[in-house]
Amino acid sequence: MKPAPFAYVRADTAADAIALIDEDPDAKFLAGGQSLLTLMNLRLARPARVVDIGGLGELNRVFDDADSVLVGATVRHRAFETDPLLRRLVPLAADAARHIGHVAIRNQGTLGGTLAHADPAAELPLVMVTLGATMYAESRRRGRRAIPAQDFFVSHYTSELEPDELLTWVRIPTLLPREGWGFVEYARRHGDFAIAGAAAVVGLRPDGTVERVRAGLLNVGDRPLLVSGGASMSGCRPDDELWRDLAGEWVRQANPPENADYVRDVARAALTRALRAAYDRAVSAGGE
Amino acid sequence: MDHVSVRMTVNGVLVERQVPARTSLADFVRDELGLTGTHLGCEHGVCGACAVLVDGSSVRSCLMLAAQASGAEVTTVEGLPHSGRTARLRDAMSRHHGLQCGFCTSGFLITATELLTDADAVEAPDEGTVREVLSGNVCRCTGYQGIVRAVLEVAGGGATAPSGGEPAARGGGPGAAATAGQQR
Repeated sequence: MKPAPFAYVRADTAADAIALIDEDPDAKFLAGGQSLLTLMNLRLARPARVVDIGGLGELNRVFDDADSVLVGATVRHRAFETDPLLRRLVPLAADAARHIGHVAIRNQGTLGGTLAHADPAAELPLVMVTLGATMYAESRRRGRRAIPAQDFFVSHYTSELEPDELLTWVRIPTLLPREGWGFVEYARRHGDFAIAGAAAVVGLRPDGTVERVRAGLLNVGDRPLLVSGGASMSGCRPDDELWRDLAGEWVRQANPPENADYVRDVARAALTRALRAAYDRAVSAGGE
Repeated sequence: MDHVSVRMTVNGVLVERQVPARTSLADFVRDELGLTGTHLGCEHGVCGACAVLVDGSSVRSCLMLAAQASGAEVTTVEGLPHSGRTARLRDAMSRHHGLQCGFCTSGFLITATELLTDADAVEAPDEGTVREVLSGNVCRCTGYQGIVRAVLEVAGGGATAPSGGEPAARGGGPGAAATAGQQR
């Protein structure tokens, strides 16, 4: 046995989980356990009480809601890769999820878990920030509140969630017609945390020129970084060089804590490729 | 308070125990049930040696509490079938020199079994897919070539046939050459 002793209680419903955490805000929610149990095995985390929400079927569901998809907190990473509805509605997440650890990790790890854990190197937080998702948190005292993804991540392993709040649902906007996506990350070995990575969405006008570009970077600071501004691509049909220049401009907004120049170079390569992939996909989607 | 009652099916047998809440599924099957085929390497989710199937999906049993698996159907390496694909996989692992010290082998068998019995898979996995799926398991002896060949052979997709034929044939094929080259 590796972790320090703790008391274990399994929540039967989300309401039950919220009541249990309300009684004892020092308790920790355990969902898939792929981050928390690692920390507990290393005794970097020593919660006195663990509330198991991993089996909550009511949150292991996905709803297609016209221009967005509502994904429950206990949906496994693996579902983003294998579930036909999720693959179709949030292909950026499907691409990103393939980079999370390994299959056995993705079978267990949950969407709510990785968001609440708020590791700046994690893939799905970047996807949520890039797509402009909304997190829903519930507590007995405050009821339900909506938190935009961009405000949700505060710093290393720190989110907006209060100690008595349960992250229940995430609303992820689905891609519009003529939008394409790209996700690229570089790690030393497949499944390792990335040195840097990027996600991008490019939307085109009916005439095939760029309308909007949204992109973010992974592991270049204390949280997923949405990049913006710079040379406008609006109305352009950018070639590879223009995308590379834009990526070069954007990565300057990143301040990696270590090896800053190297990490920015890696991030630039990832962002260039993510932008090009997003643009190419938008062009083929618009050509249909 | 710190003890929990767990009840699960392990390799087809219903088991029920009172264990400390902090007992991992790995410690549960090894220490409580004596199923020591599941190995513990890193105990923080990196090496894959402790992989077991929970309701048919591979998990790291060091990163799952026994309490979390309560109510589930667990299959350890001891419970993998002795016929069909898994039997062919064991045979192929042996012929392709897919193991040397054997410490990682049970984890590889679990991971490969999940891949080979994937109901969603439409076609046989190619080498890239096999390597990506196996990337979650660490082997420090073989250099992976033999393991990948064994899985590809059983998957039936673009496998390199062992050209030597006999398991002990020396210098018979690329696998044998690689293995021989690594030995002193």
